Parts: sequence; C-alpha cells; structure tokens
Amino acid sequence: MTTGDDIAAMERLAIRSDQDVVRVRQLVRTLAVSVKLSLVDQTKLVTAASELARNTLVYGGGGTVDAGRVDNGRRSGIRIVFTDQGPGIADLDLALTDGYTTGGGLGLGLSGARRLVDEFDIDTVVGQGTTISVIKWCR
Amino acid sequence: MERVPVLKIGDILLVSIQIDMEDQVALQLQEDLADRIVGTGCHGVIIDISALDIVDSFVGRTLATIASISRVLDAETVVVGMRPAVAITLVELGLSLPGIRTALTVELGMALLARDRQFTLPDDDEDDADEAVVTAS
Repeated sequence: MTTGDDIAAMERLAIRSDQDVVRVRQLVRTLAVSVKLSLVDQTKLVTAASELARNTLVYGGGGTVDAGRVDNGRRSGIRIVFTDQGPGIADLDLALTDGYTTGGGLGLGLSGARRLVDEFDIDTVVGQGTTISVIKWCR
Repeated sequence: MERVPVLKIGDILLVSIQIDMEDQVALQLQEDLADRIVGTGCHGVIIDISALDIVDSFVGRTLATIASISRVLDAETVVVGMRPAVAITLVELGLSLPGIRTALTVELGMALLARDRQFTLPDDDEDDADEAVVTAS
C-alpha cells in the first residue's frame, strides 16, 4: 500500500465455504460499481477476487477478506486484502508462475489474479499464513 | 444447493447458467450433463453464459472439462453468449479455453452444431435421407 492512501471503512467477510467465495464476488462487485470502475475493470477485479478467495479457502484453509474504497488524492480505487493462517507459501516465485499448482487446479489463480489488478502485494510466512493485498484504480 | 437446469431441445441439450455458481454447483452441472447426454443420446450441448458477469479459472476449467466429457460421450459442446469484458478478462487471466467451441448466440451455436452433424428434429426425415446418401457415396 502506498503511503498517503486514504482508506475508507473496510468491509470484512469470512471465507470458510464455496458460498463465501460467491459472497466475496458480490461484495467486490458492489464496491467496484460504487467507485465507478469501468465494466472491464469491474470484471477483472471481481475475477481476481474470486481467484484469491478460492486460494484462501483451498490453500489457506479459510480466512478473511477485507475490502473497501481507497483514495490517493488523484484517483479512487478498491483495495482488497485476503488473510489466512494456513501453511504459507514456501517458494513464492514458483507459486506466481503460470501453470504451477499444488492443488490440482490450473495454476492460474495467483499469477492470473496479479495480472488483473494494478497493485499486488503478498506477504507469506511458512507455517503462519499468507496475506495478499490488491488494488484496482479507476482510470 | 441450487442446480442449473438442463433442457432438451430436439437433438440438443441447452444449459443457460443464470446464477453466480458456487464451485459445487458447477461440478454438479458437469455430472448432470454427462448423465443427460447418455440418457438422451443427444449429440450437441449448448452452454449459454450470457448471464455470467465473470468466468474465473474454476468455471473456465469446468467448461473445458464439460466439453471433453461430452466429446468422449459423442456430443459436441458450444459455449455461447460470452460478454466482451469476460472474454478480455479470461484471456488476461491466462485462460484461452482451448478445445472449447464458441458462438456469439444460442442461435448461432445451434447453427454450428447443425452444420457439423446435420442434426435432425424428431419429425424431420429429410435430413436422414441426406445422411444415407452421404454414407452411400
């Protein structure tokens, strides 16, 4: 997160089931519309959120998501933070490689989500968990 | 759990996904469609995703799996109605849906399947005759 970003109240949801992944998509969609992201950017952000929420569930063993509006003085955007207390990611470079997966998926979740947002920060400690923060700015 | 209905129209199974699917619902659809293909002997499947505002890697993979399963069961799958923003996002995500045939609308999807396999409606004997000619030659 860039210093000086003004963050409005974040909404929090738990991610414990498939249904919660759907709720995350709905929350992010509502927020994306509220800051008037373009249709393509809304679609990209909701898709990224869906990938990351599923990762939190499948690889992190569940966790939470916090999402809200962010302003940096020039632009508005949406910031979403995914947090889990799962096993963490041992080899981050590998995990961010297209096609790499440990879970039987396509291996596009993390790498693909990163391409769909403007800012992507990942903080992971093996044995303690992973926090991923993304921002999509209005053009 | 919600379920996506599978409709039979002539020799085609039509699925119109109208809900934001949980992963389990997508997997259930995969099973339901395989059962219906075998149960009905249909040779074509059309999946209408015009109501979906996103297709993530899970749904994308499910569509690809459905297409593969259908092919093994002697049915061709066409995905129709993808929104432009969804197409842009899918490609940027890294999913180009290889092996999946697409058409812009249900109508064009049906035309595509018909061209492929000279689909016949139950009371349409004319095409059967054509097929016989083709086989003979």
